[in-house]
Amino acid sequence: MKVQSAMFYFPEEVIEHIFSFLTHHPDRNTVSTVCKAWYKIERLSRCEVFVGNCYAIRPDRAAARFPGLRSLTLKGKPHFADFDLVPPDWGGLAGPWIEAMARSCPNLEELRMKRMVVSDESLELLVHAFPNFKALVLVSCEGFSTDGLAAVARSCKSLRELDLQENEIEDRGPRWLNSFPDMCTSLVSLNFACLKGEVNLKSLERLVCRSPNLKCLRLNRAVPVETLAKIMNQCPNLEDLGTGSLLADQFSEAYVSLISALQKCKKLRSLSGFWDASPLCLLAVYPICANLTGLNLSYAPTVQGQDFINLIQHCVKLLRLWVLDSVGDKGLAVVASACKELQELRVFPSDLFAAGPATVTEEGLVAISTGCPKLNSLLYFCHSMTNSALITVSKNCPNFTRFRLCILEPRKPDPATNEPLDEGFGAVVKTCKNLRRFSISGLLTDQVFYYIGKYAKALEMLSIAFAGDTDQGMTYVLNGCKNLRKLEIRDCPFGDGALLADVTKYETMRSLWMSSCDISLRGCKALATKMPSLNVEIINEWEAEMEENLNNGVAEVISNNNNKHINNGNDERKVEKLYVYRTVGGPRTDAPDFVWTL
Amino acid sequence: MDNDTELRLGLPGSVEVKKPRETPQKRSSPDCISVEDDNLDRPSPKAQIVGWPPVRSYMKNNFYSMKNKADMAGKYVKVSMDGAPYLRKVDLKNYKEYKELREALENLFGCFSLGEILRMDGKYTMEYTIAYEDKDGDLMLLGDVPWEIFLSSCKKLRIMTDALGNKDREDSK
Repeated sequence: MKVQSAMFYFPEEVIEHIFSFLTHHPDRNTVSTVCKAWYKIERLSRCEVFVGNCYAIRPDRAAARFPGLRSLTLKGKPHFADFDLVPPDWGGLAGPWIEAMARSCPNLEELRMKRMVVSDESLELLVHAFPNFKALVLVSCEGFSTDGLAAVARSCKSLRELDLQENEIEDRGPRWLNSFPDMCTSLVSLNFACLKGEVNLKSLERLVCRSPNLKCLRLNRAVPVETLAKIMNQCPNLEDLGTGSLLADQFSEAYVSLISALQKCKKLRSLSGFWDASPLCLLAVYPICANLTGLNLSYAPTVQGQDFINLIQHCVKLLRLWVLDSVGDKGLAVVASACKELQELRVFPSDLFAAGPATVTEEGLVAISTGCPKLNSLLYFCHSMTNSALITVSKNCPNFTRFRLCILEPRKPDPATNEPLDEGFGAVVKTCKNLRRFSISGLLTDQVFYYIGKYAKALEMLSIAFAGDTDQGMTYVLNGCKNLRKLEIRDCPFGDGALLADVTKYETMRSLWMSSCDISLRGCKALATKMPSLNVEIINEWEAEMEENLNNGVAEVISNNNNKHINNGNDERKVEKLYVYRTVGGPRTDAPDFVWTL
Repeated sequence: MDNDTELRLGLPGSVEVKKPRETPQKRSSPDCISVEDDNLDRPSPKAQIVGWPPVRSYMKNNFYSMKNKADMAGKYVKVSMDGAPYLRKVDLKNYKEYKELREALENLFGCFSLGEILRMDGKYTMEYTIAYEDKDGDLMLLGDVPWEIFLSSCKKLRIMTDALGNKDREDSK
């Protein structure tokens, strides 16, 4: 009794102040469930909202709950959309969200979106509806053009950040850069590296000249060395640079200018770009390598062999390195000896079909693990891998939080023993207690899933392809991985038995993706029936003519006459693609013809 | 996997990707496309699987354009000159014929002629011979084989100088 009255005696302002120290959004979600009073205080004071699946909640509801919202992060399409497994026009529309925010959350300052479809009209609305709008970050998005960018540039009075990462942007000309008004001096971060077309170089130079706070600048391939040199001379405080094209004539004025400009940038910590990098331009970079913490050479196939070695051996403080596998095991060995602080390594394939000779092998990875014990994040594409290498790697680097290994040929066994890679990947999960993200490949049986279920207790995201023998494999994972949030599976022999083994599990997860597996329509219907809190969506192109999709939710499945395709009696048909996610928003209202919500 | 005599659709040598089941209802963009390759002398590239390897389409598209550029990006070979303190590199793809290459080399190494200036007007010149190292490691005289064949076999260039002395030289090429 006394405790209760003491709690209610706390003025709201004090509770709100206490909540302001909670920045981690899961914590804020938790406190909001304590009692009605706390729910109200929390929601009115919430500044940042993270929506991991844009269909998990209706935009209107989210906007109404958090009227004081300043920063919104949204994710749309499932991860496998990155690899063309999700048909175009699937969804992930930003429009409804921006409209809802425009109605209810006038304080919006930052919008971050990943894998969403954004139109130019939505961008126009964005910059007109929110007077304080400061930061737009778009990752792997599409649906807009440089006209939309022009609208953002033109209308944002105090734009701080425009960060475009790997988007598909329709190029309607270079004029968008001119749209930044002369009085716009607030830019801190500008990244247009993914733009394919030309940019107006003079406008770019002028923009940089009047942006004294610029810390991060990533140019696209159309920006030549001459312009880069001029720009670098204007911003000696730059911390993060994405170069344009680094093709330069020997001893040209531009090259000499670039060298001196780079040497003045004492704060430069991160480099990317390097398109068409000539070895000479790499020389210019050597003086700043010693302070670099981040280096991205994944778009620079010309930087390999001795050129790469000469560059990387200076980068002694490097924390993050992204390269192509053309650097070879030899290059990786140099990384291992030079970059002792390395935490994150990504090695991308330069030959997508593994048709040429092997570039990096397990040797490179073992060398890295031996030389860089602080490594905690790995993405490694290779031609082959052995169990013993994986066991060694996990012994050397027990701190992995993210471990993604992709052997280019599906179902490839350990070439030394011809055995599956169960033991190797098993060693990773046994040793790396903090593993949160895991992608596996090569020849794998149910045994690897047994290990994952048993040991990967911190695992949140698991990606599986061409692996496993029976339903038991998937069941091990669903039963054992208590913290699993995202499970994505392709081309595995898991069927209805696995899908339905623990249906309540999916309510504890963000989403499940299964494609080219062994599940049937009957199994999916059963899941939908048992779990109304999930959206069970199948993507199919069974018939040439599509009826309008079901909008009415689970209960209508059996009786709805419109749905002759779902209900034509053949429930044994295999489902090509299944996407299941928890939601409080009900079935999607914007699903296209080929997406059926069961 | 060892049923090489088994009748199946597909080119010899292409990997048969085992799928869990057949999909008769699939129409557009099959999951597994055989790569068209009529050159049976080299092993055909493996069959392409949709969405594999898991590389972002953004990067794949960039990679293709990069690869094309890389193919065009040039063939850099080292050029050494007897007595010069350091080597240079030239992109052989910048030149269409031997004459252009010789001129370029003269420009590059003009400053190294032991105090003499190498000029196109033939005034103060050095006798020199240009040789190259081929794939087998042999030192070959420049100019014997057609340009294209030279392009594919040249690994290194070497400018060999003769004794000192001014000699007027015809612009023979």
